[in-house]
Amino acid sequence: MTNKQRVVVTGMGVVAPNGVGLQEFTQALRQNKSGLGFDSELKKFGFSCQVSGRPPISNEDLWSVIPESHRAAFNSTGIAYGLMAGLEAWRNAGLQVDPPTRDPDSGIVFGTGVSSVSKTREVAYTIDEGKVRRLRSNTVPQTMSSGVAAYLSARLHLGNWVSSNSSACATGTESILLAARRIQSGQAKRMLAGACSDAGPYIWGPFDALRVLNRHHNDRADEASRPLASDASGFIPGAGAGALVLESLDTAKARGARIYGEILGGAVNCGGQINGGTMTAPNPQAVQECIIGAVKDAGVIPSEIELINGHLTATAMDALEVQNWARALEYDRNTFPVIHSLKSLIGHTIAAAGAIETVASLIGLQNQFVFGNANADILHPDVLEWVDKSQIPLKSLSFPHQTVIKANFGFGDVNACIVIRKNTSDEQKRNHG
Amino acid sequence: MNRKEITDKLYNIARPYVQQKEALEDFSMDTDLLRDLKINSANLIDIVLDVEDEFGVSIENAEMELMINVRSVVELLENKLDAK
Repeated sequence: MTNKQRVVVTGMGVVAPNGVGLQEFTQALRQNKSGLGFDSELKKFGFSCQVSGRPPISNEDLWSVIPESHRAAFNSTGIAYGLMAGLEAWRNAGLQVDPPTRDPDSGIVFGTGVSSVSKTREVAYTIDEGKVRRLRSNTVPQTMSSGVAAYLSARLHLGNWVSSNSSACATGTESILLAARRIQSGQAKRMLAGACSDAGPYIWGPFDALRVLNRHHNDRADEASRPLASDASGFIPGAGAGALVLESLDTAKARGARIYGEILGGAVNCGGQINGGTMTAPNPQAVQECIIGAVKDAGVIPSEIELINGHLTATAMDALEVQNWARALEYDRNTFPVIHSLKSLIGHTIAAAGAIETVASLIGLQNQFVFGNANADILHPDVLEWVDKSQIPLKSLSFPHQTVIKANFGFGDVNACIVIRKNTSDEQKRNHG
Repeated sequence: MNRKEITDKLYNIARPYVQQKEALEDFSMDTDLLRDLKINSANLIDIVLDVEDEFGVSIENAEMELMINVRSVVELLENKLDAK
């Protein structure tokens, strides 16, 4: 087999609850700004949890990103977030939106957990009323799972693999790994990776019903998302999208592209919903295997990892996750690296989480800082068994670092983990053969 | 409603779906919806729905197939509005 292509990140885009666009999002991370707020719509519908993370942009402004011929009766926040983040990433990489020709060497893997739930609801009501012929032409792209990839390809005219992956809360991280593999293997030179997730009661309701959302801080939105805290009792639902342009190192260098970092490697697996794994809980052994697999694939050793960007949703599973990191990478309290969770600031953006969180990690690598875990002042005792308190920053801090590991775990007992490193230089060149 | 009013309304309905925007400058009775305006055939569905809402009429599948140029749509609407 020929040597694998190295994969670098040359563009990023983001629509997050605490910032729309890279600039605003970077500022929010530096300031450890929360994007969570009281959600009157959730209150109206009688949700137990009445706090959410919605990107600060009106639907009217959001729809302006949708092509004019598709704008009437558009009702898919997730697709619009994805389109906005994806186009930002493409432009940020110095590439052309609406190019005159098709590019057969570039593709898209842009995931989502569901197609638009709001649109699907509308469609069901319309059909129930006997009005199937009143459904507009944009109904199929809004209700198909690959809708976001289809809308992106309409603007970018990419001719390589164009698809949408779906693996619950692991979707975003998985999209990056799938896209990276496509480039590593030489099947594509450039891929747009990312993931998006809808806002609103129709996507968040089933989680509220499962009692996995925090219902104790409805009057204190900033404090509602509490990963790693002693009183973490549920996640806060969020929405948005993250996007990354991945390229082979050769392609990026040839066009003189700015390089944010390198995707060194990663792994995906499933716990099989056995040995502790269920629809909603992870099989610890499988999580550890996934982490070990990612580190091996990346060709790094655990002591090189300086930062863990965890899944850490703020449920009872946080302590188990920390234990899994420690066991997989053989850390003890003295060697466990810095760990943080973006969910303390933006909540859990479901399928988009891995994509938005990876963008956050690359911003941290580029600017050499780490955002803090808001609300983790009093750490869970089971977390402290494995990590020293000093490794859990509460605020944004200047932090020189080169290597970050990122994982997300999803319903169905699925796991995804990637390792990323700042920039690339010849002395860091490693043998991927 | 006279022919000009119908045509003006049709122009506004069709405009978002026109891919050859320059062709709108020569919008006339002989303008072909697909060939001249380069309207995607899937968007003809949207135009039919918007026309139904705007003019308060119902357009059957067979009638839709006759909607080739501006004249055919305007005449179809004139007949429907007369029959109302």
